[in-house]
Amino acid sequence: MPQPSLFNRLSIFAGLTFLYLPIVVLVVYSFNASRLVTVWGGFSAQWYTAAISNQSMVEGAKVSFLVAAISATFATALGSLAAIVAVRIRRFRGHHIFNGMLVAPMVMPEVVMGVSMLLMFVTLGIDRGPVTITLAHATFTMCFAAVVMQSRLAELDPSLEEAARDLGCPPFLAFIKVAVPNMAPAFVSAWLLSFTLSLDDLVLSSFTTGPGASTLPMKVYSQIKFGVTPEVNAISTIILGVVVFGLVTSRIVSRPSAKSNLAV
Amino acid sequence: MMQSKPNLGRHALVLVPYGWLAVFFLMPFLLVLAISLSSVRLGMPPYEPLYAWQGSLLSIRLNLENFVFVLGENTYLLAYLTSLKVAAISTVLMLAIAYPLAYGIASCSPGSRSFLIFLVIVPFWSSMLIRVYAWMSILRNDGLLNSLLLHLGVISEPLRIMNTETAIYIGIVYTYLPFMVLPIYANLSASDRTLIEAARDLGCSRMAAFWRVTFPLSLRGVAAGCALVFIPVIGEFVVPDLLGGADTQMIGRTIWIEFFNNRDWPVASAVTVLLLVILVIPIVLFQTRLSRTSTA
Repeated sequence: MPQPSLFNRLSIFAGLTFLYLPIVVLVVYSFNASRLVTVWGGFSAQWYTAAISNQSMVEGAKVSFLVAAISATFATALGSLAAIVAVRIRRFRGHHIFNGMLVAPMVMPEVVMGVSMLLMFVTLGIDRGPVTITLAHATFTMCFAAVVMQSRLAELDPSLEEAARDLGCPPFLAFIKVAVPNMAPAFVSAWLLSFTLSLDDLVLSSFTTGPGASTLPMKVYSQIKFGVTPEVNAISTIILGVVVFGLVTSRIVSRPSAKSNLAV
Repeated sequence: MMQSKPNLGRHALVLVPYGWLAVFFLMPFLLVLAISLSSVRLGMPPYEPLYAWQGSLLSIRLNLENFVFVLGENTYLLAYLTSLKVAAISTVLMLAIAYPLAYGIASCSPGSRSFLIFLVIVPFWSSMLIRVYAWMSILRNDGLLNSLLLHLGVISEPLRIMNTETAIYIGIVYTYLPFMVLPIYANLSASDRTLIEAARDLGCSRMAAFWRVTFPLSLRGVAAGCALVFIPVIGEFVVPDLLGGADTQMIGRTIWIEFFNNRDWPVASAVTVLLLVILVIPIVLFQTRLSRTSTA
């Protein structure tokens, strides 16, 4: 493989700078002693103290983590089943509709999904709150989980399961004993991806929540509407830290194949 | 493959994810359609039921007035057109940034490739709200960009970028860029290098080899990337709400305001249904293309 040319190196450098510069600025200014964004007033961790002792934000974070953990578990289970159906069974009555429903939530604007779920919960007379947010998140993240599982399933060597079956293992048991353990890293990636997507979500949560239940992004959003404050920078840096920590861990744990691109 | 005995198990296996998606994804859309044909009333739910039993007579009332109203209002039409325009222009901008980046990464050694693509993925995983917020402190009139440019003497008066269409483009390109880079990179890194070598051996210049061999072969990745950004950007809410101004109304924000502030749900549903009609063609194209690639 030849060395990347100067042009290639420049475009990598420019692209990554564009992606990271705003984030770096945000993190740096979370340590600013001054309240103003443009004035550097020296190093200070005061905004972190303010953020952690902000009761409303802490409440929001609790709701968010609970919703994300439960919905990610549902999403991983449902997404894995969907991936098995799409990769292994493939043709059944209505498989076109099924594949369509599996892909559409990934590109469907969140506002549209939010509106439709809101209307469904209202029509069915279901009280909106953390439970409805969880259901909505599980639905939209299961499609991402399914993508991760699908690419892993497609990579599995079918001859391993064939060998198990030739040795007298029933097909279902062969799948459980051979394929499932091989999919373990993908389970971790799928769960983490669903977890972060749920943790980040603002639009779907806003439509499916009821009075009293606000997630962290909803609280951050209502603060941002009033303007830029270093306290929001501090909260954002904490969230970024959690996400990066999760990503690096999952990368070390699951050592991905180059093909599963959405997963880390 | 798995069809000897477990026919019942097979049905159950299909039924669980199928049923979940049918209830929580498909049914809600049918409800939006139903409510768009209803009319507004006070109370909860804030719309009239579509059907009623009068003795043994079932009467169904479908009200098309909401659609007539939405199609006759210039503000809605303008919002649809603005959304399509913003989505189209930002898709082109993203392609211009993402293609060289993906191409550059694909030209690296396998080890640094996986690290670089990890760096592209990290922002994709981190909160969109936070990434939009990061730009707010940069683009404001008294923000970092303006104070830097003023300090350097490039400008004498702060540029007004925040709350303009330019800010929307910056925000959208920034937040959606990884969606464009990943499919193009996946395609380029899987492409057969010997084809380019063959073209070079046959006397093609580097440029010509790129435009005649590499680029046409990567079009599938380009198409996937364009679909992944163009479709959701049409209904984008966060970026136009936080970075855009009152003069650029996109349809996602219109729907949000209709539902939360105006509370005329039947009209808001009609706006949503029309947005879905616009989205259906690109989504179906995207889906058939995707299933074709996976079977190939």
